[in-house]
Amino acid sequence: MSASLSALPPRSRAPARDPALAGRIGAAVVAVVVLWPLLALAEFKPWLLFEGGHLSVMAGFIGGFFPPSLAPDFLALLGKATLETLAIATAGIALAFVVAAPLGALAARSLSVARIGPGRGEAGERTVRTAVRAVLTMLRAIPEVVWALVFVRVFGLGPGAGVLALAVTYGGMLGKVYAEILESGDTRPARALLEAGSPRLAVLFYALVPGTAQELASYTVYRWECAVRASVVMGFVGAGGLGQLMDQSVKMLNGGEASSILIVFLALVIVADGLSAAIRKVLG
Amino acid sequence: MTAAALLALRRPRPCFACWATAAAMAAAVIASFAFLAVDWRSLFSTESLRLMAKFVSEFFPPDHSAAFVAKAAWGALQTFAVAAVGTLLAVVGGGLLALPAAGRFGRAARATARLALNFLRSVPELVWAALMVLAAGLGPFAGTLALALHTTGVLGRLYAESLENASPAPERALRDAGASPLAAFAYATLPLVTPQGVAYALYRLEMNIRMAAMLGFVGAGGLGQLLYFHLSIFQQAQSATLLIAMFLLVFAVDALSGWLRARLAPAHG
Repeated sequence: MSASLSALPPRSRAPARDPALAGRIGAAVVAVVVLWPLLALAEFKPWLLFEGGHLSVMAGFIGGFFPPSLAPDFLALLGKATLETLAIATAGIALAFVVAAPLGALAARSLSVARIGPGRGEAGERTVRTAVRAVLTMLRAIPEVVWALVFVRVFGLGPGAGVLALAVTYGGMLGKVYAEILESGDTRPARALLEAGSPRLAVLFYALVPGTAQELASYTVYRWECAVRASVVMGFVGAGGLGQLMDQSVKMLNGGEASSILIVFLALVIVADGLSAAIRKVLG
Repeated sequence: MTAAALLALRRPRPCFACWATAAAMAAAVIASFAFLAVDWRSLFSTESLRLMAKFVSEFFPPDHSAAFVAKAAWGALQTFAVAAVGTLLAVVGGGLLALPAAGRFGRAARATARLALNFLRSVPELVWAALMVLAAGLGPFAGTLALALHTTGVLGRLYAESLENASPAPERALRDAGASPLAAFAYATLPLVTPQGVAYALYRLEMNIRMAAMLGFVGAGGLGQLLYFHLSIFQQAQSATLLIAMFLLVFAVDALSGWLRARLAPAHG
């Protein structure tokens, strides 16, 4: 052991300092310089939590969480809001599907006639596809809560605004993903039918959909699960359902009601997850 | 073989479960529309369509006076600050909770930490924000806390998983060579999981920018609060400017974060 160690060349000079010291100090300085204005902008004042009676308000509110409110008339309201949330999500996804299915098919490259060989109309086809893709991007660029806020201003408070907001945003998302699924599957049957002169609609239903139906359906069901969560959130801007009830309970500082709603909400999310997984298993 | 048997061979077996599921889904959709009883006819009557068209047309042209653009830019900056500080706090909190959640302090600590992370994660940001507005008062700090709490749950779980998946060999080698537990973790496991962790944090930052813009609706500052205010008093031109600012902010952060992720995180991370 010692023989092999002494065979090594002696180290000329051990580094006395951390060789990366300059870099570390530089990074720390940059971090502080960047972080300071961010903290100031975000009004990062943790001591606010402990002054001005905030703590007692919060403690009173959280203290009211136990026990959760079980008043019969509140439970009836809660049941109705839960059903409303589920209905908003389901109706919203149904409308989103109506928006997304034609747009997705229009945007899919695998339905292009011009791509199977030289011919007229390629520029036109490409223009249509680009335009449809731009529409889909615009639909999903603005989050559903913002749409809900706008629709509430136009149509008034209630579930209609939530359904329409979901239809717009999720229509954009589903349309884009449908187009991608239709392009990524096996496109040889579609090509064969197109080359044999089939119209595009027939190609879509006889060549593309049979191969991708499971994937299309399971993505739609997964989006429904997301829509349940989104419809709760949209309630906070007045689009009905559990969120609207939660907003009212928080504003009235009713801790018991808020905790009941939170419990129902968590249960709803778990049930929606399970249901969506079960449906996808049947379809897959 | 009889003709009937041949026919049965050729025809695919009917999938009763699929048909039952499809029927149940159709029934659920019909029941939903019936339950909501939204008056679609009045929603899409010529009168309300005219109102809608008028409402939409009032968004144009967006308010581009220098004063309001400056206000929108300030709001965008504040939204960015809320998202950045919230994500940073979540990186710290999630990192701290990920250590027990990865099973480094025994089974009981692992179960407790996972329960806490699941709870933080399953309450949506907007609900946290509504609660934090009570705790910290109206303003961006409430939004920061709300984002930090929810994102701690998300990042903590992801970090715990990457800690569990990281190869234990380097750390064991350092421990066997006599390094202290902290030094062994900091010099062996931490460098393995850092690129992945930074990528996750940047990805969450992109999502939090969108969320921070919306948290303003419950009074948590930034672009959302401005948008809520101007939409409430029917100032559509100002709202249009704010929507454009939101769009630009999201776009800029996505581009920046994508560029950073491509540079920071090696493909094998």
